[in-house]
Amino acid sequence: MTALVIAEHDNASIKVATNNTITAAAKCGGEVHVLVAGHNCKAAADAAAQIAGVTKVLLADAPQFADGLAENIAAQIVALAGAYSHILAPATAAGKNYLPRVAAVLDVQQVSEIVSVESPDTFVRPIYAGNALATVQSSDAKKVITVRTTGFDAAPSTGGSAAVESVTAAPDAGLSSFIGREVAKSERPELTAARIIVSGGRGMGSGENFKILEPLADKLGAAMGASRAAVDAGFVPNDWQVGQTGKIVAPQLYIAVGISGAIQHLAGMKDSKTIVAINKDPEAPIFSVADYGIVGDLFTIVPELVKELG
Amino acid sequence: MKILVPVKRVVDYNVKVRVKADQTGVETANVKMSMNPFDEIAVEEAVRLKEAGIATEVIAVSCGLLSCQETLRTALAIGADRAILVETDVELQPLAVAKLLAAVFKKESPDLVILGKQAIDDDSNQTGQMLGALLGRPQATFASKVVIEGGAAQVTREVDGGLETIKITLPAIVTTDLRLNEPRYVTLPNIMKAKKKPLENVKPADLGVDVTPRLKTLKVTEPPKRSAGVKVPDVATLVAKLKNEAKVI
Ligand SMILES: Cc1cc2nc3c(=O)[nH]c(=O)nc-3n(C[C@H](O)[C@H](O)[C@H](O)COP(=O)(O)OP(=O)(O)OC[C@H]3O[C@@H](n4cnc5c(N)ncnc54)[C@H](O)[C@@H]3O)c2cc1C
Ligand SMILES: Nc1ncnc2c1ncn2[C@@H]1O[C@H](COP(=O)(O)O)[C@@H](O)[C@H]1O
Repeated sequence: MTALVIAEHDNASIKVATNNTITAAAKCGGEVHVLVAGHNCKAAADAAAQIAGVTKVLLADAPQFADGLAENIAAQIVALAGAYSHILAPATAAGKNYLPRVAAVLDVQQVSEIVSVESPDTFVRPIYAGNALATVQSSDAKKVITVRTTGFDAAPSTGGSAAVESVTAAPDAGLSSFIGREVAKSERPELTAARIIVSGGRGMGSGENFKILEPLADKLGAAMGASRAAVDAGFVPNDWQVGQTGKIVAPQLYIAVGISGAIQHLAGMKDSKTIVAINKDPEAPIFSVADYGIVGDLFTIVPELVKELG
Repeated sequence: MKILVPVKRVVDYNVKVRVKADQTGVETANVKMSMNPFDEIAVEEAVRLKEAGIATEVIAVSCGLLSCQETLRTALAIGADRAILVETDVELQPLAVAKLLAAVFKKESPDLVILGKQAIDDDSNQTGQMLGALLGRPQATFASKVVIEGGAAQVTREVDGGLETIKITLPAIVTTDLRLNEPRYVTLPNIMKAKKKPLENVKPADLGVDVTPRLKTLKVTEPPKRSAGVKVPDVATLVAKLKNEAKVI
């Protein structure tokens, strides 16, 4: 029994979501191999080889993997699938994009976004925006799984010394092409990896007003997030969205500012260790999950908080 | 150009779902059901493409119980031309749905299939991608903009770092994200018109698809409850608590 983890990386380094997925893979019972598919991605493969618990790294380095096109990545995974009992990817935008293609070709019903491994064929996953947890057993010969990273600790990035083996690249499917990317550059930590998150909602009133959250985030070394309403209103970029259909986060501290606490938002942050809510409506549902709430106008409370933090 | 739009009937997104006491699932009896919100966006997008003169026909398809007819009528009221119900009372998992849709695809030969990115009941986020793989066709998931030109679709996708744009050759699969469009309200005259539009009924066996579930649900439980904490009177108290009690700053 051996598990194959598909690495999330930027060709130079490994994203931490991979480390969480490796922990889940190890719980499936056997050895853990990692596939790094990309272009000029040897550095990422070398980094993967250092991760504790990894016994082999497969390197598929070719131009057709440069931009993560689902058809090409999936074909590469399918080509390697024969040797593996479990194939796991992080439940990131990328993992969710290519892995179901692999499952369909292998005639396997994928298990999405697991938060726990009960046994090699039995997993727990949230359904209905996290309002229920289903324990499911797979009858397929191979298990194809996406892993919710907040459910598993990250495997340490050092301690391993796996061999890196180059594999034959699957050819370009020629069905899709990459045109461009608009990546919001930020000096702040990545939302899904941050220890502290400051999140704003519709209550912020405008994109301009989000600026008052910046000194707070600066003081705390926090990432910045948002509700869907704030993203839809164009206050902040789409990749800030936390929730059922945005990012799932579980930081040590989540500060919700002017967010009402709709189930779809809670679905993305209610596993945070400590939750703080700042809202002028004492009845806002966010207070039902907040460890500490302050009722009042965010435009006075946030600056006060920045001052108090010194 | 023909567009196929798969729509799922799900528990309405405003309903607070309850886990059944016997842990076999969630309570669905006497609960408001609606079209999956992402699928409404998919129907809207297809209908807009038709109104723009790019598409010629929009076909809605739903797989499941006879009651899915209601969901299909909603799609017809938004503006789909006709509907197909693949009727079964077997619990359908995404791989089975993808196989049924692949069979419908082969009969109808659409140029584009627009699905929701995820059903808000099972939260699987699989069906569109699986359909693409089964048909050997390209996909653009999590779409926030779709432009059709010259036998291809140029699609802007919502990804973890922001947005990316890809080009896929038709026939192709697109799955919708929330910001693709804002679905219209269905009007009474359109609801009346929808009643007269054709709705075909087929069975999985007619399509030659085995829909036997591969995943067995052993139990469904409530997640650990998070209890409400305290309201603090001022910012000084908050900071003190974060430092000394929660120890997170
Ligand atoms: C299929 C589907 C998926 C969804 N997915 C997501 C998702 O992933 N993430 C998500 O967040 N939402 C999601 N939503 C939307 C969700 O239902 C809510 O509409 C949204 O979360 C509301 O955002 P909000 O709390 O910022 O806005 P509102 O609900 O409008 O709340 C604003 C809050 O700000 C407070 N406020 C206003 N002014 C001030 C002030 N000056 N000082 C202090 N407080 C103030 C108000 O009291 C209010 O509580 C989804 C919806 C659907 C249908
Ligand atoms: N039973 C069904 N009938 C029709 N379409 C479906 C069905 N199940 C899923 N879909 C489509 O597939 C999308 C993704 O669903 P899922 O993979 O279950 O999250 C939905 O938004 C629908 O467009």
